[in-house]
Amino acid sequence: MVGLFSKNFFVGFLVLILMALAPFFVTTHWVIILTEIIIMSLFAMSFNLLFGYTGLLSFGQAGFFGVGAYVSALTLTHLSSSFWVCLPVGIVGGMLFALVIGWFCVRLDEIYFAILTLGFGMMLFTLAHNWLSVTGGSDGLTIASMPVLSIFGHKIELFNPKFFYWVSLTVVSLGIIFLRQIVKSPFGLLLTATRENSQRVSFVGQNVRTVRLVAFTIAGSLAGMAGVLFALFNRIASPEMLHWSFSGKAVLMTILGGSSVFLGPAVGTAVFFVLEHFITSYTTNWMIFLGAILVILVLAFPQGVLGTLATFFSKLNGGRNSD
Amino acid sequence: MEGFLINVLNGLSWGMLLFLISMGLTTVFGVMGVLNFAHGSLFMLGAYISMQLTRWISSFWLGLIFAPIIVAILAIIIERFLLRPVYGRDVSFQLLLTFGVMLFLDDGVRLIWGPAHHLVNPPDVLSGVFPVFDQTYPVYRLFLIAMGPAIGIILWAFFSYSRYGKIIRAAAMDREMAEIIGVRAPILFTAVFAFGAWLAGLGGALAAPHQSVGPAIGEHIIIESFIVVVIGGMGSFPGAFVGALILGLLGSFGATMAPNFQMALPYILLAIVLLTRPRGIFGEES
Repeated sequence: MVGLFSKNFFVGFLVLILMALAPFFVTTHWVIILTEIIIMSLFAMSFNLLFGYTGLLSFGQAGFFGVGAYVSALTLTHLSSSFWVCLPVGIVGGMLFALVIGWFCVRLDEIYFAILTLGFGMMLFTLAHNWLSVTGGSDGLTIASMPVLSIFGHKIELFNPKFFYWVSLTVVSLGIIFLRQIVKSPFGLLLTATRENSQRVSFVGQNVRTVRLVAFTIAGSLAGMAGVLFALFNRIASPEMLHWSFSGKAVLMTILGGSSVFLGPAVGTAVFFVLEHFITSYTTNWMIFLGAILVILVLAFPQGVLGTLATFFSKLNGGRNSD
Repeated sequence: MEGFLINVLNGLSWGMLLFLISMGLTTVFGVMGVLNFAHGSLFMLGAYISMQLTRWISSFWLGLIFAPIIVAILAIIIERFLLRPVYGRDVSFQLLLTFGVMLFLDDGVRLIWGPAHHLVNPPDVLSGVFPVFDQTYPVYRLFLIAMGPAIGIILWAFFSYSRYGKIIRAAAMDREMAEIIGVRAPILFTAVFAFGAWLAGLGGALAAPHQSVGPAIGEHIIIESFIVVVIGGMGSFPGAFVGALILGLLGSFGATMAPNFQMALPYILLAIVLLTRPRGIFGEES
């Protein structure tokens, strides 16, 4: 575990501490925005396991995010009011849907993969939108009361934005640490290898489809996990969370931050929400700016914010790449 | 029986619009290898511009002629300054670039014309209704159904007999070979992209009196035309025609026979086709 003592580890640890202390220094308004940023970061990073590492552009990632949201809302209304039930059920929901849908999708690649994932995502959207008796149709499912979270008999009030922020930060950090372990493992290298040259991977005796399916399922589970938090955050699970344009958000945030750097999507999410916050305070036409920013990024900075910074600093370090 | 016929007519008129959009999409993909997310937005622009022109000069027909041309000019600018730098890059980045253009255009339209939906009246000649058994049917939709094959035949003749049509087909079949025998790719690309945009603009101008014109119509049609192009076979012209008809009819029959599933039907069809014939009905399996 050399990685534990590396420079990156300390930087990550420092960022985590700062994030944990943030609610003491900023207003409740910003605590809420920060909560949304960290939840959406996990969503974007789950997408990037497929896009940046495995080379698969999914336009259906919101489907699994939405499954997590709906499954947790349903669990809370029908099954249990405990956070310890609702979170795992949401993750398993995302995992199972990703396993089944992924089994079909990994047969294709490139544009065909993108279109097929979009199709399956939209099937899930239709299911949420039209299955009125279970999902509440276009109104969605409201979460009347927040789940009970008790740690060692100590009850944590999730109604309080600060406590919800800390819980989200903990869950998302665990998710990100898990992702880190995945991409640094031999399996993670295999993912990168399938992205670079899938034919060679099959020549050395690996089943490309299985490798991709595992990545797809992991990404789906983590998206489901983010979905649970997002539903609790908004007190509702609604069909828009499964729409392809919501998947498009993950794509955007990832490109914004940089798909080639591990924490790129998280930085992209932060930049996305901060930009949105400032631009919408001047104009309602935020999408026109977003579109322009995306075009400029693709043309001039395809590595994204963090990717460009990382390249810049590694040049300063005399070409030594720190990650 | 009446219900059946009405469904067929509704399916055909929507299918014909889809066909126009998909033709452009599939030509651009076939020649340039770019799947254009912004294609639906060009369709939407065609609808808005023809609406605006119709208001200014109060002639539907002049709007129908000039709106697609204006859209094509805009497309030339997009191709020349935005798309050209990314041809050498990964497919994902081309998709993302056109996605950005789509966001920009969709919101730009909202900025100019507002978020409300606008109604456009068909020209007087086409504004009546036509008796179909005991019911009536708008003449304008019959006009659309007639326009589809008419434009289809013109395009077919263009691609089969004209020099430029042949060049485009040759480039779609084998770009490198076409370049070797002297086709100038940069100009061809600009022309093909403008041509696709012209078709999208024409579809939009024709669609304006058929449905209300609002900022979401591009986003709605782009996904359906993606499905058309994928199930027909990317780059295949007959595929676009057949795919558009299937999707049009699926929409109209689905709405009456399985209203709860109607929204999901195109996606289910997409999944079935992609999983059994990954390159589409008319596509060549590699």
